[in-house]
Amino acid sequence: MATTANFTAERENYLNTEYGARSWLLTTDHKRIALLYLVSITFFFFVGGFFALMIRLELLTPAGDLVLADTYNKLFTMHGQIMVFFFLIPSIPATLGNFLVPMMIGAKDLAFPRINLLSWYLYIIAGTLMMHCVLTGGVDTGWTFYTPYSTAFSNTKVIEAGLAIFINGFSSILTGLNFVVTIHRMRAPGMTWSRLPLFIWSTYATSVIFLLGTPVIAITLLLVVFERAFHLGIFDPNRGGDPLLFQHLFWFYSHPAVYIMILPAMGVVSEIVPCFSRKRVFGYNFVAMSSIAIAVFGFLVWAHHLFVAGISLYSALIFSALSYLVAVPSAIKVFNWTATMYKGSVTFSTPMLYAFGFIGLFTIGGLTGLFLAALGIDVHVHDTYFVIAHFHYIMVGGAVMGFLGGMHFWWPKISGKLYPEAWGRLAAAIVFIGFNLTFFPQFILGYMGMPRRYWQYPPEFQVLNVLSTAGSTILAVGYLLPMIYFTWSLRYGKPAGDNPWGASGLEWQTSSPPTTFNFDETPIVTREAYDYENMPLPEEVSLER
Amino acid sequence: MSSQNSEHSDHVLPSGLYWGIWFTLIVLTLVTAWVANIDLGRLNTVVALVIATGKAIVVVLFFMHVKYTSEKLTKVVVFSAIFFLLILLALSMADYATRLMS
Amino acid sequence: MSDSPIALEHHDPNLQHHFVNAEQQRQASSLGMWLFLATELMFFGGMFCAYLIYRYSYPVEFGVGSRTLNLPLGAANTAVLICSSLTVALAIRATQMAKRTLAVVLLLLTMVFGLTFLVIKGFEWKEKYEKHHIPGASFQLSAEDMKGVNVDPQNMQDFQQRTQTFYSLYFAMTGLHALHMIIGVGLFLYLTYATWKGRYTPEYYTPLENGGLYWHFVDIVWIYLFPLLYLIDRNLQK
Repeated sequence: MATTANFTAERENYLNTEYGARSWLLTTDHKRIALLYLVSITFFFFVGGFFALMIRLELLTPAGDLVLADTYNKLFTMHGQIMVFFFLIPSIPATLGNFLVPMMIGAKDLAFPRINLLSWYLYIIAGTLMMHCVLTGGVDTGWTFYTPYSTAFSNTKVIEAGLAIFINGFSSILTGLNFVVTIHRMRAPGMTWSRLPLFIWSTYATSVIFLLGTPVIAITLLLVVFERAFHLGIFDPNRGGDPLLFQHLFWFYSHPAVYIMILPAMGVVSEIVPCFSRKRVFGYNFVAMSSIAIAVFGFLVWAHHLFVAGISLYSALIFSALSYLVAVPSAIKVFNWTATMYKGSVTFSTPMLYAFGFIGLFTIGGLTGLFLAALGIDVHVHDTYFVIAHFHYIMVGGAVMGFLGGMHFWWPKISGKLYPEAWGRLAAAIVFIGFNLTFFPQFILGYMGMPRRYWQYPPEFQVLNVLSTAGSTILAVGYLLPMIYFTWSLRYGKPAGDNPWGASGLEWQTSSPPTTFNFDETPIVTREAYDYENMPLPEEVSLER
Repeated sequence: MSSQNSEHSDHVLPSGLYWGIWFTLIVLTLVTAWVANIDLGRLNTVVALVIATGKAIVVVLFFMHVKYTSEKLTKVVVFSAIFFLLILLALSMADYATRLMS
Repeated sequence: MSDSPIALEHHDPNLQHHFVNAEQQRQASSLGMWLFLATELMFFGGMFCAYLIYRYSYPVEFGVGSRTLNLPLGAANTAVLICSSLTVALAIRATQMAKRTLAVVLLLLTMVFGLTFLVIKGFEWKEKYEKHHIPGASFQLSAEDMKGVNVDPQNMQDFQQRTQTFYSLYFAMTGLHALHMIIGVGLFLYLTYATWKGRYTPEYYTPLENGGLYWHFVDIVWIYLFPLLYLIDRNLQK
């Protein structure tokens, strides 16, 4: 096992086993590919964040005075496209998922390592195409590409953006495929389904959505591209087409896509909470099954995005009822996390702070989703800032905080170094405060009637908008801090040791950082996933060293 | 055990079976083209889809070996994909089919 | 299940390092292929959804469009693909029995059938072009095309617009299918070469099997495309 006596004489691990660009760009090691993704998605996060900042700057004043109206349309479009497709969708699965899935199940790599690398290259090709589109004029259709504006009237680079997202879709599909096969076929002896970490259950559910949903948006965007290029009339009412068909097909993927964004974050929370409560997860089976339920039910609710678009009242009723149903498994998870903490021995470490933030903010975001699922309310708040606040609570308050919590939790494993805990907690607090200041006012704005995607607004909305923009700058600081101290820790951080948190999970049985093939011998699993009752506390662990 | 995929390579099906499936598919193709010339009203579409589904089932079970595989997961994958496609078709149609009801 | 002895791992050139044994690798590979086919089903499925909605909405227009398609060629193509599925299934069987030459011949036949399909499809598309059935500015329905259907002259333009939806879907669906056939032929070029080189044995023929699965899937898509595109209201021609 790990000899921890001398960290400075570096053991061979996946980071130092080979140096040079080729060893990274042609790697098939899932851990290196995870890092390739990490760098890439961070880049896109800042590009999307730049557009967000521009939006918030424009909205400081009621008049449209910073940018032209057409430019504003491009800003919110590209903010959405880049954040959704190039940051949120890949974020946890392609970074933490790629890094951890094989280790958590006791395997040496994913089932298809070369396809994993291909997946990253497809993402990079798509991202390059997207950046080219952004830099040469951008798109102004909204991230939702609604027809016939996108197919017949927009004068922006719809085809390029559509193709970029199309290619990105294949990256997602291959990642999902890899995970499903790996989880089914490569678990170590004794790693039964009921002993799997809940992060694996979440990743599995996410991967099912990748596989079944992404192809539909792929074909839909392809049809948009063809329609625009060859002047077909599939979605154009002037030529016999139905714009609502586009919306049905688009949202068939894009609604399950939001579960792609949240399920992995839920998986992260399911790992953090028991560790920092020193207690097994309450209701493991319920949490595991609810991940699957969210994935399945998530496919049944898409037309709640079309409530006011012109669908029939009867189908609206069906989708409204189904949308209420999909909230149930999410609520089950929140209850189970809370029950896990109850009478546990809670430590407010940085990952745990993010987990707390997640649970609170996701709950608010999720509950406001129920507001939107109610037809009567939706008529009033559809296309207002209420919707924007709702989905940012889940995507940013939920998914991004889950991502940050996970990055902090597994950073020691990934890098072999500890980040500075005080800075971590400070950044978490700044993120929480900045986030709420940015987005809570937006609930009120939307309820009062401020429409989304508008470049100017009535003066009575200004105060709340100013608060929101102020919050966004605080949030930006909160996001920059980890960038700085994570980078700092690579050089100056304390060596981490194999299991600084005293966490359960096979990944913590490897060295920090792990060797290229993770395990010297295939582990044999005999314990349940969160056997914290029988595990030493971190202090005890570090005393052994 | 010399062969490591013993479960799998046991299933060398007789070539007659493949020829039989081929024959079935050709016949069903002729049938479906012929029935299309008869006016059955709305049943025409139903019959055409039933025949097509029959052909697809036969290809999946025999040509794609699903009938003979020991891996249950294959069948789960096939059913799941079909199920979610039917969800897309059915719930989209639920909108269009009920639009004129009031 | 324990690891294979290291000596055996090193002797099996087809076993990749991260797999415990050949059976795990084969099962992983097979599951991967089936999952990929599931994604393909959803990919085509989006267009089948569009087809369903428009056929439901424009039954008469779809009938008109369908009747202008070349039924004998469509049926012939269906038969061609069925033959190609037979040959690929027999080719895999031949490999299971170590009959390499037979396998290569059958694989070549499979590709010949595939190319035949594409050539026939090319003829059909050319015919559509000549009859002005390509959606767009030059689209025109002739009196012959409209036989058996009564449309008010003032509604004629809208009718033609809606009929173009049929043709848009026809070209999109058969085009995507043809693209998959082309990729399939390319795949089989490699697989035939590898078979000829003796890379597949009764113990290891997974790539061939997976290629076959892909080919059968593309066949199944056509099995549905044929009645849905070619056989709408055919009895009206009487």
